Amino acid sequence: MKANEMDPIKADLTIIGAGMAGLCAALFALEQGLSVVLAGKSGSIHFATGLMDLMGVYPPGHEWDEPFAAIDRVRSEEPGHPYASITNKEIDTALETVQRFLGDHGLPHGRAPGRNVDIITSMGTLKKSHMIPLSMWRGVKVLEKRCPTLLMDFTGLKIYSARQITSVLGESWQGLGDATVRFPGTEGKEEVYPEHLARSLDIYETREKLAGKILPLMKNAEAVGFPALLGMYKSCETVRSLEKMLGVTVFEIPTPPVSVPGIRLQEIFLKGLKQNDALLSLPEMVKRVESFSSGKFKITAGESGTLKRIESKGVILATGRFLGKGLRAERTGIRETLMDLPVIQPTKREKWHNPHLFDPRGHPINRAGLQVDGMFRPLTESSMPFAPGLFAAGSILAHCDWTRLKCGSGVAIATAHAAVRAFCKRYK
Amino acid sequence: METEVLIIGGGVTGTGIARDLALRGIPSIVVEKTDINAGASGGNHGLLHSGARYVSNDMHSAGECMEEGRILRDVAPQCIDDCGGMFVAVEGDDENYVADFPGFCEKNGLPCNPLSPEEARQLEPELSSRLIAAYQVEDGAIDPFMLSLENIAHAKKMGAKLFCHTRAVKFVMGARKIETVFLEDSRSGKIMTVHPQLVINAGGAWAGQIAAMAGASLTILCSMGTLLVSQSRICNGVINRLRPPADGDILVPGGTVSIIGTTSRRVDDPDDIVPTVAETDCIVSQGAGMIPVLEQVRYIRAYSGVRPLVGSAEGGSDDRNVSRGFTLVDHGKDGVDNFITITGGKLTTFRLMAEKTSDMACEKLGNKNPCVTRTEPLPSTMEGKWTEPGLAPRRWMAKPHGETDKILCECEMISEKTIDDIACELKKNNEIPDLLNIGKRSRLGKGPCQGAFCSVRVLAHMYDKGALSGNHGVDDIKAFLNERWKGQLPIFWGEQLIQAELTEAMHCGFFDLELAGDHESK
Repeated sequence: MKANEMDPIKADLTIIGAGMAGLCAALFALEQGLSVVLAGKSGSIHFATGLMDLMGVYPPGHEWDEPFAAIDRVRSEEPGHPYASITNKEIDTALETVQRFLGDHGLPHGRAPGRNVDIITSMGTLKKSHMIPLSMWRGVKVLEKRCPTLLMDFTGLKIYSARQITSVLGESWQGLGDATVRFPGTEGKEEVYPEHLARSLDIYETREKLAGKILPLMKNAEAVGFPALLGMYKSCETVRSLEKMLGVTVFEIPTPPVSVPGIRLQEIFLKGLKQNDALLSLPEMVKRVESFSSGKFKITAGESGTLKRIESKGVILATGRFLGKGLRAERTGIRETLMDLPVIQPTKREKWHNPHLFDPRGHPINRAGLQVDGMFRPLTESSMPFAPGLFAAGSILAHCDWTRLKCGSGVAIATAHAAVRAFCKRYK
Repeated sequence: METEVLIIGGGVTGTGIARDLALRGIPSIVVEKTDINAGASGGNHGLLHSGARYVSNDMHSAGECMEEGRILRDVAPQCIDDCGGMFVAVEGDDENYVADFPGFCEKNGLPCNPLSPEEARQLEPELSSRLIAAYQVEDGAIDPFMLSLENIAHAKKMGAKLFCHTRAVKFVMGARKIETVFLEDSRSGKIMTVHPQLVINAGGAWAGQIAAMAGASLTILCSMGTLLVSQSRICNGVINRLRPPADGDILVPGGTVSIIGTTSRRVDDPDDIVPTVAETDCIVSQGAGMIPVLEQVRYIRAYSGVRPLVGSAEGGSDDRNVSRGFTLVDHGKDGVDNFITITGGKLTTFRLMAEKTSDMACEKLGNKNPCVTRTEPLPSTMEGKWTEPGLAPRRWMAKPHGETDKILCECEMISEKTIDDIACELKKNNEIPDLLNIGKRSRLGKGPCQGAFCSVRVLAHMYDKGALSGNHGVDDIKAFLNERWKGQLPIFWGEQLIQAELTEAMHCGFFDLELAGDHESK
């Protein structure tokens, strides 16, 4: 397909937003044989850490090892939560599809069916997650066994301190140590960047040099942990060859954004999707969406002068929240940015946040968003679908505080699946 | 402990007295229940008043401000941005008030230079196009944190001692005097006793509570004011609304930012002051009357302070009409001869307040040395330096070629070496070099990201240096970010709300900090 000023691009489905929900919606739609336009900037997936949470905490402060049991509980107590309209079976299928797709394209993920796992963060805290890159999955086993482990750090790396992790976890983990070396090829540099180191490790020689520096420091370590920068495009290969060179388990520890795993996810996802000719990816920001009584949508994207026009039977809105620019917070209230759809929100700005940042209950504004029907169609104030072919997925949906429930990726993936299913049911 | 003088309160007045006394050869102990400038000294505009604000209703204060402003420009230039100021009126403002203003200034001997609206807008392009009058005055901006830190640093060099997080909890009274003062370390709960010859109460809004411990009655009215910090500097100089004191009528530059305020609300408890959404909205819409862009700019913080006003407010419903003169009380009248209270006043006149208080103290102690703070320059030390916006980046830019120094706080350009210097000072003073303490003594976390990223970098750095250990960092980063959070609550909209979302995504969504550590927030 080709975009052109004069002739609109025609597609079955336009997906607006190229974050986690948008990318997954495109994947599911292509699997259904639909023609798809994926429009929008994908900046905020850079902020992904690589961990795909399904459901970890509910009610506030209560952590779960069985995510589906937690989801069952949420379903019964929070009927507005996006999971409430999706079966566990469908959620599982959606996750499996994403796992298979990423694995096929060189970014395999580990996942224990029906289980959450504990993982170390770069703060030294432990968190529960569900589906995680294989490079980090190895760390789950290491953490379980608490075997003698060496955490590596690199001179000039700012956002990460192996010493911090060993200090925080040291009391409960005998044999956890840390060491700092200069990353090969960064001699004389005051500051080093994870992306650069990751790309450098895609080259075999760098790994050899690095392993050479680490070997003398190993002592009795049975595993070596690294900040999440083991390769950009060849992360599996990097981990495997380091394991071979060092003779022990090698794993990654997730780091805060902008992180290498976030960049990997975005690049692999887009590259994989683009192999399918039925997809057109437009990196331009969508400016306008019009819906017609015929059921059709006309979408305009890009800047004036290079405007792209799209016509499609359906639209999935996966524009995200404030960071993703799907929602906008004005002094007087929260607005949906593209169609000014009604946004469920606290009555007054005073009620948007609780006084403590770390309130385990989260903040009321986090539950603001679009109200949808069982088919994930945004509703008007009179509780009617805004348009029969308009669907919404991901973090823009109301009644879900993903930061506290630890369900961000799970909701993005599952609602993308449900929205595509609802579209197919109607149009296919 | 023995001391000649015990000063209660570590704001500009308390630290100013410590320096004044030290210069006269009297060492003192300063106790502060939280940290330097935790009260009104830190919760204000940072405005060096020309006095023009008081010409119509408080000539005494106007004169004091004018004189003190000139003294401070001479003796403490490092704390002052001599940016000048303006009084401006827009359509709809009281034209009689506007017309009387230059006459009042003249009567007070205050320089006041009339400008045409066009001239005013050339100097300050953000002024409203609905301007009807503008007068240039000698206002300036002053960094109250640097001021207090330099005052106490100088006093300490001459023998004074400072104890932060130390609260005076009890006076043991003897014959017409305070014999013993019980001090409590607010973090460890440990009790110390001091036997001072003289106690000076410089407790600001808390002065009434302190006086009560000596059985002296002192009514302090607490008038709370709220201020907003913008992400960038909006005007070159100070902009005052030319009308009787009201909400949102003063904009003061603070280095790379601007501060707009204020409001006035009577509160019962000076410890219970939280800026509200309503106050924020009021300041924005009122301020926009003179500077329209205030409706669009990004705000990064809101904070409140309490004006301690002495006695009963009879000037009508607005506390801002109560005189800003200060009150110096010799509690000999209450039967306590070695007890003095100083309160009220304002930032601009802090030196004069310290002088008058020290004069009274010296008389009581039989010390004949005169005050020298009118002429003795306030030495510039490292301790106060890093509170100045723009200084840390200048140091980083000026580093010798080839020297390595990583930037840890990208918003405020604070480098590793600067953090190390501050940490070193903290350790010398027996304080932990953690985020909370470093933040108090620098611009760390005060830029647009409000600590979301720099907190992680600085924490990693402090662990790498071995300055922090165990899981102290987890509690510390929570406390640090929560401090930043509280100051943003009423200004969470637009860009700053996006920042809040990112902060939560990182620190709750990823690090799970709400589930970690001391669970204080539950």
